[in-house]
Amino acid sequence: MRWKKILSELNFINRCKRYNLPLWQCPHFLFLIIGLVDIFLIFTSYALATRYIEDPATAALIVLLVAAILFILDFIIEKSVENLAEANLMKSEFISIASHQLRAPLSSARWALELLLSGRLGKIEEKQRDYFKILKDNLDEMLNLLSDLLIVSKIETGRLPCEKKEFSLVKLTQKLINEYQSLAESLKVKVFLESENDFNVFADPSQIKMAIENLLDNAIRYTKEGGEVKIKILQKDNQIYFEIKDTGVGIPKEEQKYIFQKFFRSSNILQLQPKGTGLGLYIAKSLVERSGGKIGFFSQEGKGSTFWFTLPTKK
Amino acid sequence: MKKILFIEDEAALQKTFKEILTQEGFEVISALDGKTGLELAEKEMPDLILLDLILPKMHGFEVLRKLKEKEETKEIPVIVLTNLERLEDVEKAIELGATTYLVKAHYTLEEVVEKIKKAFK
Repeated sequence: MRWKKILSELNFINRCKRYNLPLWQCPHFLFLIIGLVDIFLIFTSYALATRYIEDPATAALIVLLVAAILFILDFIIEKSVENLAEANLMKSEFISIASHQLRAPLSSARWALELLLSGRLGKIEEKQRDYFKILKDNLDEMLNLLSDLLIVSKIETGRLPCEKKEFSLVKLTQKLINEYQSLAESLKVKVFLESENDFNVFADPSQIKMAIENLLDNAIRYTKEGGEVKIKILQKDNQIYFEIKDTGVGIPKEEQKYIFQKFFRSSNILQLQPKGTGLGLYIAKSLVERSGGKIGFFSQEGKGSTFWFTLPTKK
Repeated sequence: MKKILFIEDEAALQKTFKEILTQEGFEVISALDGKTGLELAEKEMPDLILLDLILPKMHGFEVLRKLKEKEETKEIPVIVLTNLERLEDVEKAIELGATTYLVKAHYTLEEVVEKIKKAFK
């Protein structure tokens, strides 16, 4: 397994193909060439020094020449890495523009549908209502996906300013629990908050709100009927510790290392809840870390998961 | 009857809002671009303006700035209703004198209607 990994790392042709770049522009290939040139340089310097010591000018000239080649190669590497970064940026920008453009017609369609569903335009039959509801649920899901994609593209292009200030983490959490009450009730899940104090943190409130929303939404959705979600907020050393524990499906052990990756959804979740973007935990992690915090979890498949994060208390 | 001017280039949205706001007892007049919106505001003197930002002929910010510059129209409350959600856009709108800033994707139709009613109180 390990050997395979090392071999695939060395297979630069495949890696270059993945970036869709010509060989001479691919950083991995150029690094290899530089390595070879380096070894060559060492040997020739040795050979030259021993043989032509009476003619240092020639030796110096050759070394200079090799150094110049190295310099040019270095320059090309820098350029190609830059190109990659540029392409990545363009991708994120494209997602951002596409999301914005898609949002306008989707919001418009959703509002028109809401007007229909409200009965203001006339009575709707029960069967019709069911199908309008399917349309509305799908539109809502698309809008949620677009919001998530927009945040991810903002994180990746560095266009999400982090505006830190002091606020009560307990009050924010309580407010969010109230907002999620109807979802929790519909899934028959109880949510509790335990905290001895009104702990203040120094972080970006809107980003932390988003992080908690994602953790809370997951905890409620992936808990079985009649289950519980317990949130604890306490002080640990100089930091505030937030913990959210559910009695949900848990994360299979072999998949735990992927949990914060973009678009990752664990196999047991896919069976339970086919809908979802797999962006929530990636967003939560990025946002907590931007405010100077840490995030982690422990989980046992079939028993539940506990996600935690810490945040600083002052500047 | 309170009069609302809705400046929005998307005809489908105009139709939806006209329907619901008329049902709620408001008179709704519409403009499909910024320039017409500004002219209508001066002519009709509405009690409230709903303003999109990305508009043909004149950008929403420009409309807002001109509305707030004129003595006759500067007291009319303006609700910005847009898909732009960058912090700098929100700040700019508030600085120019918008009463409320609503991102379309974040609100249901009924919620927007509630915000409009609240603006009259």
